[in-house]
Amino acid sequence: MLKTFSLGGVHPEENKFSAGKKIEVLPVPEQVSVPIAQHIGAPSEPVVKKGDEVKVGQLIAKSTGFVSANIHSPVSGKVLKIDDILDASGYKRKAIIINVEGDEWDETINRSDKLITEISLSPEEIVKKIGEAGIVGLGGATFPAHVKLSVPPGKKCDILILNAVECEPYLTADHQLMMQKGEEIMVGTQILMTALGVDKAVIGIENNKPDAIAHMSELAKKYNGITVESLKVQYPQGGEKQLIDACIKRQVPSGKLPIEVGAVVQNVGTTYAVYEAIQKNKPLFERVVTVTGKSVTKPSNFMTRVGTPISQLIEAAGGLPEDTGKVIGGGPMMGKALTSIDVPVTKGSSGILIMPEKIATRKPIENCIRCSKCVSVCPMGLSPYLLMTVSDKAIWDRAEEEKIMDCIECGSCSFTCPASRPLLDYIRLGKGKVGQIMRSRTK
Amino acid sequence: MNTLTVSPSPHVHSGDSVKKNMYGVILALLPALAASLYYFGLGALIVTLAAVISCVFFEWAIQKFLLKTQPSIIDGSAALTGLLLAFNLPTNMPIWIIIIGSLVAIGIGKMSFGGLGNNIFNPALVGRVFLLISFPVQMTSWPEQSKNLTSYLDATTGATPLSIMKEGLANGESVSTLMSKIPSVTELFVGNMGGSAGEIAAVALLVGLIFMLIRKIITWHIPVSVIGTIFVFSGLMHLANPEAYAGPLFHILTGGVMLGAIFMATDYVSSPMSKKGMIIFGIGIGFITVIIRVFGAYPEGVSFAILIMNGFVPLIDKYIKPKRFGEVVKTAGK
Amino acid sequence: MNVVLITIISLGALGTLSAIILYFVAQKFKVFEDPRIDQVEEVLPAANCGGCGFPGCRAFAEALVKADDISNLNCPVGGADTMSAAAGILGKEVAAAAPMVAVVRCNGTCDNRPKTSKYDGASSCTIASSLYGGETGCSYGCLGLGECVDACNFNAMYMDEKTGLPVIIEDNCVSCGACVTACPKNIIELRKKGPKSRRIYVSCVNKDKGAPAKKACSAACIGCGKCVKTCPFEAITLENNLAYIDYEKCKLCRKCVDVCPTNAITELNFPPKKPKVETAEAAE
Repeated sequence: MLKTFSLGGVHPEENKFSAGKKIEVLPVPEQVSVPIAQHIGAPSEPVVKKGDEVKVGQLIAKSTGFVSANIHSPVSGKVLKIDDILDASGYKRKAIIINVEGDEWDETINRSDKLITEISLSPEEIVKKIGEAGIVGLGGATFPAHVKLSVPPGKKCDILILNAVECEPYLTADHQLMMQKGEEIMVGTQILMTALGVDKAVIGIENNKPDAIAHMSELAKKYNGITVESLKVQYPQGGEKQLIDACIKRQVPSGKLPIEVGAVVQNVGTTYAVYEAIQKNKPLFERVVTVTGKSVTKPSNFMTRVGTPISQLIEAAGGLPEDTGKVIGGGPMMGKALTSIDVPVTKGSSGILIMPEKIATRKPIENCIRCSKCVSVCPMGLSPYLLMTVSDKAIWDRAEEEKIMDCIECGSCSFTCPASRPLLDYIRLGKGKVGQIMRSRTK
Repeated sequence: MNTLTVSPSPHVHSGDSVKKNMYGVILALLPALAASLYYFGLGALIVTLAAVISCVFFEWAIQKFLLKTQPSIIDGSAALTGLLLAFNLPTNMPIWIIIIGSLVAIGIGKMSFGGLGNNIFNPALVGRVFLLISFPVQMTSWPEQSKNLTSYLDATTGATPLSIMKEGLANGESVSTLMSKIPSVTELFVGNMGGSAGEIAAVALLVGLIFMLIRKIITWHIPVSVIGTIFVFSGLMHLANPEAYAGPLFHILTGGVMLGAIFMATDYVSSPMSKKGMIIFGIGIGFITVIIRVFGAYPEGVSFAILIMNGFVPLIDKYIKPKRFGEVVKTAGK
Repeated sequence: MNVVLITIISLGALGTLSAIILYFVAQKFKVFEDPRIDQVEEVLPAANCGGCGFPGCRAFAEALVKADDISNLNCPVGGADTMSAAAGILGKEVAAAAPMVAVVRCNGTCDNRPKTSKYDGASSCTIASSLYGGETGCSYGCLGLGECVDACNFNAMYMDEKTGLPVIIEDNCVSCGACVTACPKNIIELRKKGPKSRRIYVSCVNKDKGAPAKKACSAACIGCGKCVKTCPFEAITLENNLAYIDYEKCKLCRKCVDVCPTNAITELNFPPKKPKVETAEAAE
C-alpha cells in the first residue's frame, strides 16, 4: 500500500503532456518587467533608478522586512522606468522595466556546470545567503525560503521534507528538473539539512513519475540521510500539511505551522535554487516554467528569466491555439486565470496552462443536493457546503467556529461538486472576512 | 485575440453532475425492477409507470404553473422519487391512489420545502406513509407472486412473511412453527415472497448497491449500519428468546429493509453529511425498525424509521462534525 | 353522555389551571420596559434596514429613548416627518437632515468600456473584485454583478440590462446606505438630493492617469482639471487623477458639465439645455 495523506483528496485527470520534455533555455527577451511584489509579504524597495545600467544577478530591489525577499536583475541592460504595469489580475502593480543589452553576468556568479558537493558555510551563513539570494518557495506559494529555515526559538526541527509531488495536473517543471538536475538537488538538500541541523530528509514523489523515483532513489544512495518516498497519486498531496501527513504520519494542528510537528517542507525547485545560490553564488532570477495545454502544439518545459512576458513562452510552445478560452498561471486546481498574456513570468510561475474554451467554462450552478461529496473529499476535514452557506449569508462567527481558516483552498470541493456549486469562491470570501475579523480582535 | 475567461480556481471539474447521480441510482434500481416484473408481471409495470409518470408530471406542473420557474425534470430526481414510490407499493394498487401518492410525495414531500435539496424528509416515503395511513386496506393487500403475471387489480392476494409473523405471534404461535409457513432463507434472498413491488428481491437490490458503491454514488456507511444494526439487534433478541423473536436473517431479508437501507435511507438530501453522522443515522433507523416490527402495531417499520431519523438529520449535522485534519497531535518523534 | 361530560369537565379544568399558572408566571417574570420605546417604534418605518446605524428599528427606538440629545440620530428611511414624530413623543429636539440619495459613480456602460475578459466565477461582486480587476480595462469601475441590487431592501435599484450598470430609482431610495456598504469598489455614494432632485456629480472613480483611464473607458475622468479651474465655488477637488464635487459647496451652476471632455460629470433632473456650441474635444 503506497502512502498518502489520511483525509479526503481527489484524482483529477493528470494530463502531463510535457513530461519527459527536456528543459529548453529560452532566449533572453528584449525587455523585461520585474514586479517588485513577487512573494508573500512586504513588496521590495527598488534600489535602482531610471537610466541605471544593470548586470545579470545584480540586486535591483531590496527586501523590506523579515517576510520579504530581494529581487535581482534577470538581464543586463538599462532601466527604462519604474512604473505601474497591469499584473495578472488586472490591477496595477509596480515593476522595474529593463531594456536588455547583451547578456553580461555579475562576475561573482560561477557559471560553470561543474557539481560542487562540498558545503563550506555554517548554518547561519547558509540561511543568510539564501535570504540574500531572494529565494522564495517555487512551488507557487512564493513564501520566502529563509523565513521557513529560521526555526523559531523553543521549536525543534528533526526532519526536512522535499516536495517533489507536483500534484497539480499538467505541470511537469519539478519532474523534469529532478531528471536533469537530480545531483544538484541532492546537494541542495544537504545544504538545507545543514542549515536546519537535521540528519534526515525525505523526498516525496508521486508514483506517476516512476522515472524520477528511480533516478532520485539511485542518487540518494550516495547521500547520507536522504530517502525517497513513493506516494500514491492523490491531489492535494503537495499541500504542506498533506505532504507531512503522507510522508511521516504527523498532522499539523489547526492554525499551526509545520514546525509544530518538527518538520520543514521545501519544494525541489527551491532546493535547486538553494544549491545555485550557495555553491555558485547565483541569486534567483530564472526558473523552470511548464507551458502546456490540451491544444498546445508543443508542450514544453522552459528555463526562463523572471520578467519575460508569458506571450513569449507561449510563442515558443507553438503559439496560442485557436480555441483558447483561458490562460492560467499555475496548475488547473490552484492556478490563477490571467486577464492577458502580456504579464511577466515571476518567481512563482510554475506553469502556464492554456485551456480550450470548452473545458474552461463552468457549468451552471444547481441546488445543493447534500450529497456530502465535498465533505468526503476535503483534505482538511471541513464541511465545504456549510462554509459556503455561512459565507454567503455572512454569518462570520459560525464560519470561524467551523474552522474556515483551516481551508487550504485546494479546490477539491468545487472540483467534485455534482451541482457545480462555486464552493471555494465563497469559502475564500469567508476566509478573507474571518481573517480580517480575527486580526482586528488581536489588535 | 479572443477575450480570455477569468474565474477563480479550480479551473477543472470532475464532470460529476446531479443528473449523473440521479440516473445512476435509477440504473441501480433496474435489477430490482426486473425482479419485480419477473415476480409480479403486468401489475409491477403499471404501478411503476403510473408512479414515475405522475411524479414527473407533478414536478413539471408545480414548477411551471405554481412556482413559475424553469422546470428541472430532466435532472431525474422526480423520476427517481416516482420509481422509489412505486417500489414501495403493492402491485395491485389502483392508479388513482398512486396519483394521489405521487402528488403528496412531490407536492408536499419535496416542492413545499423548496424543491430538490431542501426537503427534510424522503419524498417517496412521505408519499408512501401518507397512502399507508389513508388507504390501509389497499396498502396491505399484496398480490401473490407468479400467479398473477397478467392480472392487475383483480389479482389474488396473500400475506407477506412479516404479517404472517406478526399475526402468528399475536395469536400465541411460536417462531419455529411460523417459520415453516414462510419461504426459506434462500427463497427470501431471491425474492420469492409477497411484498411491495420493488422490495422483495434482496439479491437484485444488493447488485444495485454494489453498482452504486463502484460508481461512488453513495458510501457504505448508511446501508451497512442500517442492516448491521437490524441484524445485531434482532439477533440478540432472538438469542434471548428464540421462540418469541424471529431470527436476524428473517428480519433483514423480509419487508423493506434492503430497499430502505440501500435506496431510501441513502437519499442524499435527507441523510447526514458526515460519515460519523451517517453511521448514527443508520443505527437509529435499524433500532427503530426492529422496535416497530417487534413491539409496534405495524408489521413493518422501515418507512417510519427512516422518516423519524430524517427528522433528526439537522440535529446530527449540527453536532456531528467530520473528522478534522490535525486533531490527532503528534509532535517531533525522537 | 357521561364520557362527553367527563371529558369536557376535565379538559376545562386543565385549561383553567394552565391559565392561572401562566398568569402568575407572567406576573412574576415581567420585565419592565419603557412604554415609550413601543410608541417610538410605532412611528418608525419598520424596515429594519440598519440605515440609522442600529441593528433594527427597535434598537433605534431604544437609542432614541435613552439618548438625551437625539440631534445626531437620524432615520434615513422615514426622514424628517418620522424624526419629528418620534421627537414629539419623547419631547426632544431633532436637527433637520437634508434628504440624501444614492448615486452610482460609474458610467462604464458596455459601449463606453470595452470588455477585455470574461468573468466566469460565482455571481458576487465581492468575490470577483478579490479575484481581479474586472472584465474591462478599468479596475475601479462597476463589476455589474448586482450585489448592490441584492442589498437593497426598498426596491430602489435594478440592473440595466443594456448598460450593465445598476440604476437607482430615486423615488424609492431611502438612502439607508446598504448599497454603499455592499459595493466592494466603493462606487456608490450618498449625496444630497438637491433642490428638485437636481444633482451634479463626477460619474467615475478611476484613479489612473489620463491615457490609461481613457483607453479603458471613454467616459472616464482623466484628471485634466478643467472642471476645477472652471468651478466658481471651489467645490471641485482633484486628487489621484480624479475629480470630486463637494455637494455642500456645489451651487449647481453646471459650468463643469460643459467643460468636461469625457462627459464624466453627470447632471441629473435639469431641464434640457440649448444645444452645446462646441463639442467636447478628445482630451489627451
